[in-house]
Amino acid sequence: MRSSARNVRGHVVMAPISVDLAILGSGPAGLSAAARAAQRGMSHVLLEKTDHLSDTIYKYQKGKHIMATPGQLVLRSDMPFEAGKREAVLARWDGEAARARINVRLRSDVISVTGQRGDFTITLADGATVQAKAVILAIGTAGNPNRLQIPGGDLPMVQYQLDDPRAYFDEDIVVVGGGDAGIENALGLADPDLGNRVTLLQRGPDFSRAKPANVQLLEQARAQGRLDVITDCAPRSLEPGMMIVDAKEGELRLPCKRVIARLGSTPPRKFVESCGVAFTGPDREAFPRLSPAYESSVPGLYIIGALAGYPLIKHCMNQGYDVVEYIAGNTTLKPADEPLLEAKFAHVPVRRSVDQWLEFLRTQIDIFRELSPLQMREFMLESDVRFYRKDDRIITRNDVGSSLFAIAEGTVLVEIDAANPNVTVPIGAGQIFGEIGLISGRRRGATIRAGGDALLVEVPRSAALKLMGTVPGVKRRIDRITTDRMLKTIFGGDIDQVRLDRILDAATLRTLKPQEPLITEGEVGYDIFVIRSGSLVVEKRVGAKNVFLSYVPAGAYVGEMALFDNGRRNATVRATVNTEVITLPGAMFKELLAAYPNTAKRVQEQVANRRRVTDYVEAQKAGFSGVVDMYTSVADFLVQEGLGEATDALLIDERLCIGCDQCEVACAESHDGISRLDREAGHTYAHIHVPTSCRHCENPHCMTDCPPNAIRRAPDGEVFIDEKCIGCGNCQRSCPYGVIQMEKTPPKKPGLLAWLLLGAGPGPGQASHAWVESQLARRASEAPKVAVKCDMCKGIKGGPACVRACPTGAAIRVSPEGYLRVARMAGAES
Amino acid sequence: MARKSQALTDRRSGAAHESFLRHRGFFYLKYAAVVSVCAIAVYALTDPTPRHNGGTWLGYTLGVVSALLIVWLTLLGLRKRAITAGRWSLKGWTSAHIYLGLSLIVLATLHTGFQFGWNVHTLAYALMMIVIVSGAFGVYFYATIPQRMSDNRAEKSTEQMLEEIAALDDDLREAAQPLSGENALLVQRAIERTRLGGGVLERLRTSHPQCASGRALAALKAQRGGSEDVGPVTAVLERKIVMLERARRHIRYRALLELWLYIHVPATFGLLAALIAHIVSVFFFW
Repeated sequence: MRSSARNVRGHVVMAPISVDLAILGSGPAGLSAAARAAQRGMSHVLLEKTDHLSDTIYKYQKGKHIMATPGQLVLRSDMPFEAGKREAVLARWDGEAARARINVRLRSDVISVTGQRGDFTITLADGATVQAKAVILAIGTAGNPNRLQIPGGDLPMVQYQLDDPRAYFDEDIVVVGGGDAGIENALGLADPDLGNRVTLLQRGPDFSRAKPANVQLLEQARAQGRLDVITDCAPRSLEPGMMIVDAKEGELRLPCKRVIARLGSTPPRKFVESCGVAFTGPDREAFPRLSPAYESSVPGLYIIGALAGYPLIKHCMNQGYDVVEYIAGNTTLKPADEPLLEAKFAHVPVRRSVDQWLEFLRTQIDIFRELSPLQMREFMLESDVRFYRKDDRIITRNDVGSSLFAIAEGTVLVEIDAANPNVTVPIGAGQIFGEIGLISGRRRGATIRAGGDALLVEVPRSAALKLMGTVPGVKRRIDRITTDRMLKTIFGGDIDQVRLDRILDAATLRTLKPQEPLITEGEVGYDIFVIRSGSLVVEKRVGAKNVFLSYVPAGAYVGEMALFDNGRRNATVRATVNTEVITLPGAMFKELLAAYPNTAKRVQEQVANRRRVTDYVEAQKAGFSGVVDMYTSVADFLVQEGLGEATDALLIDERLCIGCDQCEVACAESHDGISRLDREAGHTYAHIHVPTSCRHCENPHCMTDCPPNAIRRAPDGEVFIDEKCIGCGNCQRSCPYGVIQMEKTPPKKPGLLAWLLLGAGPGPGQASHAWVESQLARRASEAPKVAVKCDMCKGIKGGPACVRACPTGAAIRVSPEGYLRVARMAGAES
Repeated sequence: MARKSQALTDRRSGAAHESFLRHRGFFYLKYAAVVSVCAIAVYALTDPTPRHNGGTWLGYTLGVVSALLIVWLTLLGLRKRAITAGRWSLKGWTSAHIYLGLSLIVLATLHTGFQFGWNVHTLAYALMMIVIVSGAFGVYFYATIPQRMSDNRAEKSTEQMLEEIAALDDDLREAAQPLSGENALLVQRAIERTRLGGGVLERLRTSHPQCASGRALAALKAQRGGSEDVGPVTAVLERKIVMLERARRHIRYRALLELWLYIHVPATFGLLAALIAHIVSVFFFW
């Protein structure tokens, strides 16, 4: 190595650097890899884009508690790590990096990586190059902020982040970008106490990308004259003290001392692909394709950490250690999670090594065949191996469950007739089951028991979805199996497989957005639609109004009436939430009915039922009563409030609610002193109030991005957060209903009698913020903030406390069918 | 649709969508009615000597039952604060509290044998009647006010109402900038001296002639057509008054839902004390 990068802080040294190992990114993964390389005495360089280590964690808010989950995973790294405050973690890493003599090069923004094992060239933004024999990419997933591409956009007055708006006062500031980040920054800077003159620039005519709440605050601030907002405009150029903007009215010259550009960021995928790395698929969820030693499709280029699909700090640090060992030629190293996997196989009465087990499952089970050994390993960490004896019950009809089962050995029997458990259909080794629950989020359709000794892999929902996202083949297979079984469930299991396969080949999958029509009244069409996930409402136009006819959940089908009406659609069918439907060609369906009279009879019965409702509405057309109007509008309201995707929601009948907030008190008393519902907030229609409280969605939004997989669904359907929560706040941001809070667990309160008789403590219900803080301040250890939401009083005898504690019967919990009953009742009584 | 079973919570007793008055098909009303009718029948059909009073076997039984009932009815206050696990429903407790509490009118009156006087025994009876009558007002308010309160608040929380009024105050300050000293003072008073809530009577009032905002509006309206353009200020003030009226109605409803308890609860404790005195003295002089 010709120049030590450690000496270049602040200076640009153009001399080329040559090392054995270059590590890109100084987060937990990169830092741990660099520490291992330093420990081994390898010549290395750690390249960091910013002027400090671990930028993602550095950007966390001040004092944020960083957690060390999963608890059972052993940390194997030369860098220390334990849960604690952001500052403590960062300081420790900085100190350790210096002590371990890690060769860091800060302010090294990598533009390109070219070459192959033994001869990589890394080009940096400052013009320097690094030659390396091997490269580790540990750049995370945060990406690079999009830059302001105008003349003068590189002036130091432009910044892409705003840590503390209170650091600026009495300045002319232009914020560019009308997303949530831009709006929040502009509002923060426009605080009248600061005396800043703030202008927000937005390219489009409105703020469609931002949250409605933020847009509302912005409009309010604008109306009060606290800041200027210019829409339909684009910055043209920048010079010290002045920004020139192209606006509708023409050229504007804005005085400007500081520019905050919040233009979104480019995900790192582009950069990674430019290095020649192949991904598992085109979707956003796809990860780079990697070998068990973390080597990408480019020999000598290794990928670890969040970019490889491991968002937790401990995983990242272990990988940093492991990958350097592999690069250094240590082939006997077992991954740090080996004991976890060993424990998973321990209870099975067959002995195999972990590697043998993984290989056995991978080759035995159809959907796992396309997985790489590394993916198989990660996948098994999240899944469980289960062993059943003959007639052991595996899943039960009408239970809630969204996990997927795969059969490694043996056979299971599906009890297709609820009344007679002896009527069964076998599913053999290599196959899967449970996929309908996984996709639709609905209850299990049948009881399934073991046909003999059976070895199964139970895959939790999150892992199954990740699997479908990363391996496209798996998604196609599961989709096809799901459609096949849904059709059999709906139209009877005796349909000839050859005929069914033809229908399956012709079937297409379609995704609908909320409110998007699937069928429009009056149009011509014969296709049949099976609802895979989500739900629909059926409406008929009477006079100038849409009248609500029925609610169609996942697992049912619509569109069959047209077959009997010469293809004319006699009602409109709309999605209530994001909904997936399978389209079956009408002609094939007609053939099917002709060949199977039993199926035809069942379909005709359904048509007759639906026709009765339609005819009734037709007949009432003339003197249409207010009752039905009311019913329709209440049903509309409930659907708009997201109850179309809920499994169990809290409603408050405001004709009975005395506003005593006993529901909130009871909630707080039952759950560590924090109320998980806000009674007064939320919308009301026809005296039915939907408070801010969890709806336990069929396909919960909160589960979509939980790094430690801490959000799960319990056997009774409750969606809950377990102790693995790391407090990242992803679920809070994902929830469209705002029912998740980030809170510190309050200390224990004095008992009820102590309060009643002696006035000790704050009394029943959620304690005031001041009381909690005063108690917490006395403690030595800090309390981390974690995500808190309704768990429907899971595990508490008697069920949801909010309902039990309501003195007047205003608080009720209802399922989707129940909402319509509520709607009907409101219609009848109002 | 039938494929999905009903939510668990729906099936649980007490969780059904019925009001506290209709709970379990008026179960406690029927129960209380049967007990009361039986007590009246026995009272009418027996003829103890020298006469009906608390010391006969019937009077003694009615007394014990009533005393135990009073203690149990008092425990509602504990029940609603102790959120324990288990299949209890506070609605069920409220329903029983109301109907069994009303049955005390019959049971305790028969227990007295209609013997009243200026003594601790009649004091206990009178306090009990005060508790029951105040409770009956409570039931009336609980049954009638929620719907009106819901209509009035129009999806707004108490906090939001106050925020809206504060936002209008900001608008007022701005609109008053061009006004002359005297008018500006009126507006300043409207901002600083408009009060919401306050003491019991203040919260129950339906009209607020002393409201600083109302007075400012009246004074400014009187100047219309004068030298100063008061239009923008009166427009904001009018909106503020509408908001104030809504907030005051909200406060009034909340007060009605709560204030009867200020009689009901202290009278209950008075009753318990008088009841102990009654029982002790009866045994002492027996």
